[in-house]
Amino acid sequence: MIDILALIGAMLVAATPLIYAATGEVLTERAGILNLGIEGTMYAGAFSGFLVAAKTGSPWLGLAAALVLGVVAGALMGLLVVTLGVNQHVAGIGTTLLLIGASEFTNRLLYGGGALVQIDKFGLLFPDVPVLGQYVLTYVALIVVVPFVWWLLRATGFGLRVRAVGENPEAADAAGISVARTRYAALMGGGALMAAGGAFLTLAVVGTFTLNISNGRGWVCIALVIFARWRVWPAVLGALLFAGVDALQLQLVITPAFSGIPRELMLALPYLVVIAALAASGRGLVYPGAYLKPYRRA
Amino acid sequence: MARTRLWRRSAVALLGAAALATVAACGGNTGTTTASSPAAGASAGASTTAKPLVYGAYATPIEEPWDGVIHRALQAAADKGDITYKHVDNIGYAGGMERTLRDIAANDKPAVVFGDAFGNEAAVRKVAKDFPAIAFAFGSGEKEQAPNLSVFDNWIHDPAYLAGMLAGGTTKSNVLGVVGGYPVPEVNRIVNAFIGGAQSVNPKVQVKVSFINTWFDPAKGKQAAQAQIAQNADVLFAERAGVIEAAKEKGLRSIGAMADQKSQGPDSVMTSLLWDMGPTVQAVLQQVRDGKYVGANLKDYSFLKNGGSSLAELNTAVKGGIPADLMAKVTAKQAELKSGSFTTPVDEKTPAGSTEIK
Repeated sequence: MIDILALIGAMLVAATPLIYAATGEVLTERAGILNLGIEGTMYAGAFSGFLVAAKTGSPWLGLAAALVLGVVAGALMGLLVVTLGVNQHVAGIGTTLLLIGASEFTNRLLYGGGALVQIDKFGLLFPDVPVLGQYVLTYVALIVVVPFVWWLLRATGFGLRVRAVGENPEAADAAGISVARTRYAALMGGGALMAAGGAFLTLAVVGTFTLNISNGRGWVCIALVIFARWRVWPAVLGALLFAGVDALQLQLVITPAFSGIPRELMLALPYLVVIAALAASGRGLVYPGAYLKPYRRA
Repeated sequence: MARTRLWRRSAVALLGAAALATVAACGGNTGTTTASSPAAGASAGASTTAKPLVYGAYATPIEEPWDGVIHRALQAAADKGDITYKHVDNIGYAGGMERTLRDIAANDKPAVVFGDAFGNEAAVRKVAKDFPAIAFAFGSGEKEQAPNLSVFDNWIHDPAYLAGMLAGGTTKSNVLGVVGGYPVPEVNRIVNAFIGGAQSVNPKVQVKVSFINTWFDPAKGKQAAQAQIAQNADVLFAERAGVIEAAKEKGLRSIGAMADQKSQGPDSVMTSLLWDMGPTVQAVLQQVRDGKYVGANLKDYSFLKNGGSSLAELNTAVKGGIPADLMAKVTAKQAELKSGSFTTPVDEKTPAGSTEIK
């Protein structure tokens, strides 16, 4: 029958990339920027992390490379939507296409479609303990990153500035806050978190890189952030819910007692739950005041 | 103010140029011409006549294993000096296939076009009809089309049956796991052959089958495998990537697919299912050379007895080894497949999530 401890363990692994990336997206959206570059940033984070780990033999250096790439991806978004004032949807999707294309192209140049390259990846902490047997990055996400970003947004001057430029950039500007600099900072920090989420897939979970590595996880995070109403902890909750239902359906589908339920329905289950959660929490939704709007001094 | 505007405009121009360059580099799918090496040409000697031009037209990037198998077989033929080979990949499923094929047929006038028609069936059939002088050979689950469209598929159910015997014979828990992409006929028959092989040596065996609804998501593949391990599976068949990783972490046995995946888990991977398009490519080239090419179903060339599929060399270095009597059984069955005294049953129905114990 269903093994509950295995279920919780699987949920935490599957939720980790979502937690990193959704936290990063909360940060950028609170600054007023919908970063649809998230899917590409996760993808390129996964690839750059894998690449550097493969070349150096160290997953830590791989992670560092992914973080740098995420900062650069965030800066690129900043150039497009903050400095140039390009439409955020177009800039985000363009960034995603660019980063996925560049990753696949580099992958072909270096690895050209032979056997998959296996890297020395992160090991499990407490590998023999159910539930607690997790990768170090999962612990870092839940104990360090999420509380830090929550505290940053809620209790620091920087967090106040981020929220100010996301709600009312005119007022923030009048108060002497640099709207551009604050938004760049949010995008670069958020980008680093998204890339870390992608790198978790290659550096911890599978230890190799294949095409389509992120498989739409970035888009799931976009929905999770709206579900969470731009708050960090509810985003984590949403990620756990999605990953938990996914882990559950993977167990149910191979359990004889549930063989009557069509596979297609099982596969759709986590998405249905997120849609239902969105619908339930979507009423009276208040977007950040300056969402999607480039800021120009009048 | 003017200066800012100028800076903005030049930044836009720069970015545009960069984007164009990137698109040209990645999206362009530059088909590389593989002029065979001079040495190969010289050794061929007699072949002073022009080598036939063969084009590969792939919907996915060639890093995708299925199209990669076709690409490597054609590349090998080019390296031998049999053909001149060009290819285009990552054509996609949004109308690009018809455009690309028409372009190739009208401008390059190749002797043969190889590719995969899955997801582009109508486009391939239309273009083949309009260019009857060109031989089209495409991966497809449908029938051949007169006069010039042949179809093939990865008929690797033979090695799947043998791999099933290995899995059924080495499981301690009598539970096996299989992780596949989609429950489509060409995957189902591989999974069902695997189950058949397992049950032939171990009537008590139960097989858990998961589909991850994508061809590529190794993290998801691993998670599906871990769910099977949680339900006692101790030998896993990795039809998709990620599964070997799950087996490795728990010190369990696994079986790879599409390429010899021993290097991914030397302690875990007992063997892998291999598909070789070489015999199919050679058959088509021979027919074209003889002027006898007609659209046909080429599936037999992928069968084990014709060298189109095989089991990778057994890896006895896996943890716990492989019992000698089981290896003898597998070898005997392989000989029967080769001689034709045994044919693997073909069952394309979607397998149950968990097989009943007979």
